[in-house]
Amino acid sequence: MLLINCPYCEETLPELEFAYAGEAHIDRPADPSALTDEEWRDFLFIRTNARGTHFERWRHIGCGRFFNAARDTVSDRFLTTYKAGQPRPDLKEAAE
Amino acid sequence: MNRYRIPGRGRVDHDAPVSFTFDGKSYQGLRGDTVASALLANGVHLMGRSFKYHRPRGAVTAGSEEPNALIGTSRGPGRFEPNTRATMQELRQGLVTESQNKWPRLSFDIGAVNDRAYMLFSAGFYYKTFMWPRSFWDKVYEPFIRAAAGLGKSPSEEDPDTYASRYLHTDVLVVGAGPAGIAAAHSAALAGARVVLVDENSEMGGSILSDPSVRVDKAGSWTWLASRLAELRALGVRMMTRTTAIGYYHQNMVALCERLTDHLDDLPQDAPRERMWRVRAQQVILAQGALEKPLVFDGNDRPGVMLAGAAQTYLNRYGVRVGDNVAVLTSHDSAWYAAFDLADAGSRIAAIIDTRDDLRADLANAAATRGIRVLKGHTATGTKGRLRIASVRVNPVAGGRVGKPAKIACDALLMSGGWTPSLHLFSHTKGSLAWDADSKTFLPDHKTEACQIAGAGRGLWGYEAALVDGNAAGMAAVKAMGLTISEGRFEVEGDRPGTGSSQKELPTDRSAGKAKAFVDFQNDVTAKDLRLAVREGMRSIEHVKRYTTNGMATDQGKMSNINGLMIAADALGKEPPQVGLTTFRPPYTPTSFGAFAGYMRGETFQLTRKTPIDGWAEAHGAAFEPVAQWRRAWYFPQPGEDMHAAVARECRATRASVGIFDASTLGKIEVAGPDAVEFMNRMYTNPWTKLGIGRCRYGLLLGEDGFIRDDGVIGRMSPDLFHVTTTTGGAARVLNMMEDYLQTEWPDLNVWLTSTTEQWATIALNGPNARKVLEPLVDGLDLSGAAFPHMSVAECSVAGLPARLFRLSFTGELGFEINVPARHGLTLWNALMESGKAYDICPYGTETMHVLRAEKGYIIVGQDTDGTVTPQDAGLTWAIGKKKPDFVGKRSLERPDLVTSGRKQLVGLLTEDGSKLEEGAQIVLDPNQPKPMKMVGHVTSSYDCGTLGYPIAMAVIEGGHDRMGETVHIPMPGGIQRAKITSTVFYDPDGERLKA
Repeated sequence: MLLINCPYCEETLPELEFAYAGEAHIDRPADPSALTDEEWRDFLFIRTNARGTHFERWRHIGCGRFFNAARDTVSDRFLTTYKAGQPRPDLKEAAE
Repeated sequence: MNRYRIPGRGRVDHDAPVSFTFDGKSYQGLRGDTVASALLANGVHLMGRSFKYHRPRGAVTAGSEEPNALIGTSRGPGRFEPNTRATMQELRQGLVTESQNKWPRLSFDIGAVNDRAYMLFSAGFYYKTFMWPRSFWDKVYEPFIRAAAGLGKSPSEEDPDTYASRYLHTDVLVVGAGPAGIAAAHSAALAGARVVLVDENSEMGGSILSDPSVRVDKAGSWTWLASRLAELRALGVRMMTRTTAIGYYHQNMVALCERLTDHLDDLPQDAPRERMWRVRAQQVILAQGALEKPLVFDGNDRPGVMLAGAAQTYLNRYGVRVGDNVAVLTSHDSAWYAAFDLADAGSRIAAIIDTRDDLRADLANAAATRGIRVLKGHTATGTKGRLRIASVRVNPVAGGRVGKPAKIACDALLMSGGWTPSLHLFSHTKGSLAWDADSKTFLPDHKTEACQIAGAGRGLWGYEAALVDGNAAGMAAVKAMGLTISEGRFEVEGDRPGTGSSQKELPTDRSAGKAKAFVDFQNDVTAKDLRLAVREGMRSIEHVKRYTTNGMATDQGKMSNINGLMIAADALGKEPPQVGLTTFRPPYTPTSFGAFAGYMRGETFQLTRKTPIDGWAEAHGAAFEPVAQWRRAWYFPQPGEDMHAAVARECRATRASVGIFDASTLGKIEVAGPDAVEFMNRMYTNPWTKLGIGRCRYGLLLGEDGFIRDDGVIGRMSPDLFHVTTTTGGAARVLNMMEDYLQTEWPDLNVWLTSTTEQWATIALNGPNARKVLEPLVDGLDLSGAAFPHMSVAECSVAGLPARLFRLSFTGELGFEINVPARHGLTLWNALMESGKAYDICPYGTETMHVLRAEKGYIIVGQDTDGTVTPQDAGLTWAIGKKKPDFVGKRSLERPDLVTSGRKQLVGLLTEDGSKLEEGAQIVLDPNQPKPMKMVGHVTSSYDCGTLGYPIAMAVIEGGHDRMGETVHIPMPGGIQRAKITSTVFYDPDGERLKA
């Protein structure tokens, strides 16, 4: 069972308290009707399916907040977590 | 006294006899015995039959890696356990055990005919044998496979034992309490760390328990052990025996299964049988030692053939000689010590047969001193003896040529093919292994977790090496935590270091194709099977494993993996690391389901949510059904009624007068804030801006993909407050989805979301007399049709309770839903029941609710929809706010796939003969088409006990909306049903009744 840090609670807690919520940094288009069918398809369904570092969303059931995480999909290790709305972190910095 | 027991020897209590039975026969062992050691003390080697060939088998090991001696154990009803390792099960007074895989009895087994039909059962025989003819599958192959499959018998009764679960946090967890583990725990504890030391055996000591001759720090090893364990206890180390580390998970979590009662004569009242520990440690030290490998030669599975280290354990720990006339066959120095110990204990050593040409001089001298015959550079090419080995056939090997055979009589044959570091837990962490060409074994390489590996687990051999390495591992672990401790020193006399060579199957002068040289004893995989798999095209060790089943039995290849790899690599002409090793997975040893389940069984298996009215329903004889985590009243049978009769009565009563229904499980969410309207407009398909205060509307929620996710009636309580209801099962999902959009897509909206599902009790009143029942209880609200029309909501007082009162209907009748604070739910229910007496008010359950809504064509999300149904498909386009610029899922409703023709659409079905359809039944257009028929849809809802007098159904059918009046066919086992496509509204299509 993974230990995950909630960036809002600033606590590292067991995976049981969290739920996965899909890939991160996929913004809902401001005006979906302006998108072509292909663009809308890509927004809905096309994901990076990364081997290695993956930016993804989690929800901390305890506090109810959605946040972002960088996780290595090979080792299943969390590299860092950060608040929703923040840009992708520089992982070299996070590793230090 | 047992024939093979040496008085006073070993760690068993010679003054405490213990009686037990094996296959109905009584035996006597000693306190401290395992079933295997006690049977061996009685001269019993034959303990089971093998899985595939039903060959007679005895114990090969003295530990948890045992592949052969699997027995059934029993201590009364429900307490039967199959596949218990006789080498691990401690003796207890009155223990009942039985052998497995035999019929009619262990010594004469009919299934052993498989052994003669050997060619039939070679590698991949499942794939080759059971392919054709197709018609044989159901009648012949499947019953055969099912009858033959599995080891042992499944228990037939519910397990009456309890199982416990605990969490534990510690600084250092040491797995394995042999010399390395004890040294590691000691140095870590001395440094001030909190230490947990676990071992799967009944007592700590590991290999020291099998080697009392060694001296450590000027004391006998057992004296040293006792004092060191006492010291650990004094240092506060938590020491757990009979505790197996079954899995090593992320971030240093290790699962431990502790066995608490299986060894006790009397079962303590209410004590758990096993306890699962989830341990989170800062540092893990793996000191699991090494497992001895068998040698692979014809007849190496005969009872009496066992690992040399096991024989040494039986002798020194249990005081049992495994034979009178013992031959030793080895490629490793360690087996020589077993021979010497047995010789010194009074057994005759028939010969030490070593496959190596160069022998250590000190070992050869020690053998000569004892008058033991030594054959170097020899191979074994067969064994004889029906139920126990009687002789071994040996040949010299010179220059790669196998010479003339000689027969050596023996009643036991000890073998050693070297040792494999036990790296299972390390592998669970995806730690990588590196092939060590010198020792021909895999050693730990790159680590992924904060762990240390000590002793034989990383290929070190001998007591001094293990102690020194364990000490270093303990120091390294505490250093990582910022603690320091000076190096420990160990003075070891009479150490037994050794080296050896690993190899493929031993050379033979006979046809290798006829040799039954077992690699995997439990799954009956031979060297020939592995070579055949390679010849038939298997290239990866993973393929070889699955094709032959090598390493797939309950012992998980503990003994067979490296031997199997050596043979496969040889057959492929590659080096072993190029062929690779299969992945070890948890659990390390078979673990009971009970230990995993822990407290999660029976009533505590899952949370059961109950409404405030649940107790009333139970007292009034309701039948219940689970809906999501709720327990809901299903129907209320009166004496003599079955479900059909009860539901029919409830339906009629509701349509004729009035019915009362506990709808408290409905999901409820308050959407509040200045931007609540905007938020609702973006989430739901419907327009909300113009919805007046005190009015409600059916709301439809889509996913972004355009498919229906949820629905419910939503009331506007004030300009900035919506009372949203959801389906019972969807409440948490909908709130999660709303929170997701609010937090991450529209954080600028000023809205608060609050789940109020459990804060409100909700009671639905439906039927033409609903108003008459409710009116006398209401204060502060005019309930007349003009003042409070259909789809209204208001706050008022009902039975003196503060209430949110909705006028809505999920039945097609005049209907109200009264929400009161949950703690008043039962009070309101009783008041309504009292007020309704004059109208024969009828409580109804979820089944009647389903029937009544289906008669009106109201869908249930999740029953009539399945995650691929759009509003158009469901006939709900009227619920879409077409002028809204956007809402969740709007763009998807224009996706090409969603506007194409031929989509499955929701329709009604009426059978021609008035028979009931089955929910889930598939629908075809042409019943005479050849099979496989083209299926155009399926039945989603079907009921036959409603108010109409005939059964009704709903279905999704391709292009269904354009097929009104057409006949479709539903092929069923009993024949083909014919049904006409209709509207989904079967009752009161103009909706006159709910406007009353």
